[in-house]
Amino acid sequence: MQDIVMDRDWLDVGGVEEIPLRGTRVIATKSGPVAVFRTTDNRIFATRDRCPHKNGPLSQGIVHGTRVTCPLHGWTIDLATGEAIAPDRGCVPTIPTQVVDGRILLHVTQSGR
Amino acid sequence: MNMIHTREKLVVIGNGMAGMRTVEEILKRNAPRFQVTVFGAEPHVNYDRIMLSSVLAGEKEVGDTIINSLAWYGDNGIRLFAGDPIVAIDRQAKTVTSESGRIESYDRLLLATGSRPIVPPIAGLNLPGICAFRDIADVDQMITASTQHRRAVVIGGGLLGLEAANGLMKRGMSVAVVHLMDTLMERQLDKIAGGLLQRELDERGLNFFMNGQTEEILGTDRVEGVRLADGREIPGDLVCMAIGIRPNVDLAKKADLEINRGVVVGDDMRTSDPNIFAVGECAEHRGLTYGLVAPLYEMAKVCADHLALEETATSGYAGSILSTKLKVTGIDLFSAGNFNGGEDCSELTFNDTGRRVYKKVVLRDGHIEGVVLYGEVTDGGWYLDLLRKKEDVTPFKDGLLFGQAVVAAMGQVKPASVDDLPADYQICGCNGVCKSTILDTIAAKSLSTLEEVRAHTKASASCGSCTGLVESLLKSALGDGFQKAAPAGMCKCTSLSHEEVRRRIKDERLMNIPAVMAALGWSQADGCSSCRPALNFYLICAWPGEYQDDAQSRFINERAAANIQKDGTFSVIPRMWGGVTSAKELRAIADVVDNHGIPTVKVTGGQRIDMLGVPKDRLPAVWRDLNAAGLVSGHAYGKALRTVKTCVGSEWCRFGTQDSTAMGIALEKMTWGSWHPHKVKLAVSGCPRNCAEATIKDFGVVAVESGWELHVGGNGGIKVRATDFLCKVETDAEVLEYCGAFLQLYREEARYLDRTAPWLERVGLDYVKARIVVDAESRKALYVRFLYSQQFFQNDPWAENSKQEAPNSEFALLATVDA
Repeated sequence: MQDIVMDRDWLDVGGVEEIPLRGTRVIATKSGPVAVFRTTDNRIFATRDRCPHKNGPLSQGIVHGTRVTCPLHGWTIDLATGEAIAPDRGCVPTIPTQVVDGRILLHVTQSGR
Repeated sequence: MNMIHTREKLVVIGNGMAGMRTVEEILKRNAPRFQVTVFGAEPHVNYDRIMLSSVLAGEKEVGDTIINSLAWYGDNGIRLFAGDPIVAIDRQAKTVTSESGRIESYDRLLLATGSRPIVPPIAGLNLPGICAFRDIADVDQMITASTQHRRAVVIGGGLLGLEAANGLMKRGMSVAVVHLMDTLMERQLDKIAGGLLQRELDERGLNFFMNGQTEEILGTDRVEGVRLADGREIPGDLVCMAIGIRPNVDLAKKADLEINRGVVVGDDMRTSDPNIFAVGECAEHRGLTYGLVAPLYEMAKVCADHLALEETATSGYAGSILSTKLKVTGIDLFSAGNFNGGEDCSELTFNDTGRRVYKKVVLRDGHIEGVVLYGEVTDGGWYLDLLRKKEDVTPFKDGLLFGQAVVAAMGQVKPASVDDLPADYQICGCNGVCKSTILDTIAAKSLSTLEEVRAHTKASASCGSCTGLVESLLKSALGDGFQKAAPAGMCKCTSLSHEEVRRRIKDERLMNIPAVMAALGWSQADGCSSCRPALNFYLICAWPGEYQDDAQSRFINERAAANIQKDGTFSVIPRMWGGVTSAKELRAIADVVDNHGIPTVKVTGGQRIDMLGVPKDRLPAVWRDLNAAGLVSGHAYGKALRTVKTCVGSEWCRFGTQDSTAMGIALEKMTWGSWHPHKVKLAVSGCPRNCAEATIKDFGVVAVESGWELHVGGNGGIKVRATDFLCKVETDAEVLEYCGAFLQLYREEARYLDRTAPWLERVGLDYVKARIVVDAESRKALYVRFLYSQQFFQNDPWAENSKQEAPNSEFALLATVDA
């Protein structure tokens, strides 16, 4: 676990390398777990760890492209928008992230749009 | 002639396949001529009775059988009175009267009353639980009975009886078939083919009582069984009468029409009253009645000619040469003409007892008189065509039994191509559709898909065995415009099939997922959640010693070596070898439950113990504690070898014939850790009482006094499937070898997410037997490949994963933030 560095609203939650390629790690927050995804092209996304369908842990799904497929019933979610891929309909709150010098920064006040 | 006159009135008695086909043919020829009124006894629109076998077997829905919807009747101005049978014909007044009292006058009357099931004169027929196998109501009754009762007796081992028996068995009932003769389907098969069929069905689980004359139906409030004349009693909660059918001539008889077995008709399908016609099963033509669909449709065409074009019609019905096929999935048989031969006849036979392929062609004066095929029926249509045309086959008699392709290779006939077929070649035997009709309709209606051709011509819409030919015609007509619907690609990322992908992985030595995706032109760089786990498995299987497993391409359960639950926690199931445990193991489990606060402990169906509700970050600690007591991962989460269920066997059981527990443990020690296209379950029973339920497992072993019976392809899941009998072996070593070989064949050839049951149904038991039983070298090679692979995969994932308690493992949080 990392020491948390506060920089106004951006929080350092760890290094990019700590998440496997096409993998996910979980961050515990006061308002529930957040899933942080790393795609093949090293982009980082974060969403609430809760599928809009039946609250399945998206962090446990398979990451492909900029999408994740929920392990419970196979809904696929677009990581950039949080929207379910049609024909399913639903949306998971996303959390802005940025990568600075290999560190993942999470925007904490926007803990869900 | 501009005279306006009212349309003539055609009344049709019978809303079945023959009657409505005649109406369809009339509409094609001269639609405005008649005001058509139809009376049907059943409360349904016109449906395809042939497909009821598939409905009973659960392969089709009742809705799929509908030939003409209510809209069709409306669109064509046909008045339909369904569920209101005609009870009387007044030929003087030219009227008919229905059960509800409706009186309708006619100019022309068409009898298409079909037939009735034959019911033998025996005691007990009034008991509930007796049905025929004729209409939708019968099928409903059978399906309902199959959900409430266990045992069925089918009386009659002909076409109808066997389809009924097969359907009831597929619905989960234990089915006995009573047949009067010593050969099944003796009207369609000779003794050898009938014997092969009986053996096949026997192995699938039907019980046969041959030479059985049913004397009485037993029971007090409901049927409880039947008694045969020789004293044998067969218990049953449902008795299905499928002895045969008899033309339904009641109305014609009352109306004083000429009848014999059926309503007598001439070549123009007219009865003894020139205003009344008859078609279908109720009609008798030149002393013959017919119970198959192809003749009915031939009659319908002739009848329509004479009704619609009366003045100019010249056609005549000349009788039909029958061909038959059994609608039991996976059984291929075909027969046509006079296959029993006789004086002046000679016979050609081919009998491959290993593959169970049998062919007989009966010749007379150089032409084919009859044919029986079992196991390989692709040339059935060719033989039938030669038979119908009375073609002289003497020039290629030597190759005749080997089929059209061989004869073509001999240079005696042109190779089989739809383009070479004559215009009047009958493509669809069920619906009597010839090549020119299909091609003309494709052109006239601009059809481009198989479904459209089916909808417009009915070709391949009944039994479906000519689907390939119809597709070829469509392809030939459309050229490049043709797009074959199936088989689709593995997933949306590729148009290549599973088989193609696997072949190229091997051929092109593709060693990892990115290489596969690059070489095969994957449309999405990362693939998707369907293809990634499939590719991961295919690579594991292809390169067991070399491939680096890709955790991110595994479903979470396999990645975390535990089973995800609806709340995101996991369940943990340690292996219990052969279902045997000990006080020490149980104590360790109890301690783990207490120490980690595990909320639920449950005994599984696979003879193990499930601990439910473990949060992901606690899994490594739980495993470490279980490992310490010698417990390892049960792989209850994976597309992998799950359990080997056993009974106590000869060590304890007074009925046990072999040590099934030890055998189960040996099998589990050999197979644990193996990855598969889907989950795999084994079981070993110590005697034929089969307490370990081995006959619904992927690989089941049942001990008998003299060795072990091996069963494959069973499934107790969504669709229950009993195993097929593979073979019997004598030694323990053989059980291991056959098991390893079977599992390896499944691993190498099934599609990812296919259980063994659907895979087996697709490739056929014969194929599996050929690879595992008949060909010893193939079996040994498979077994060796299985054991080779196992040396890389028999590692306990828990021991490996609990090392990952390190800070950055999958199981640890990335961070905890105070926000």
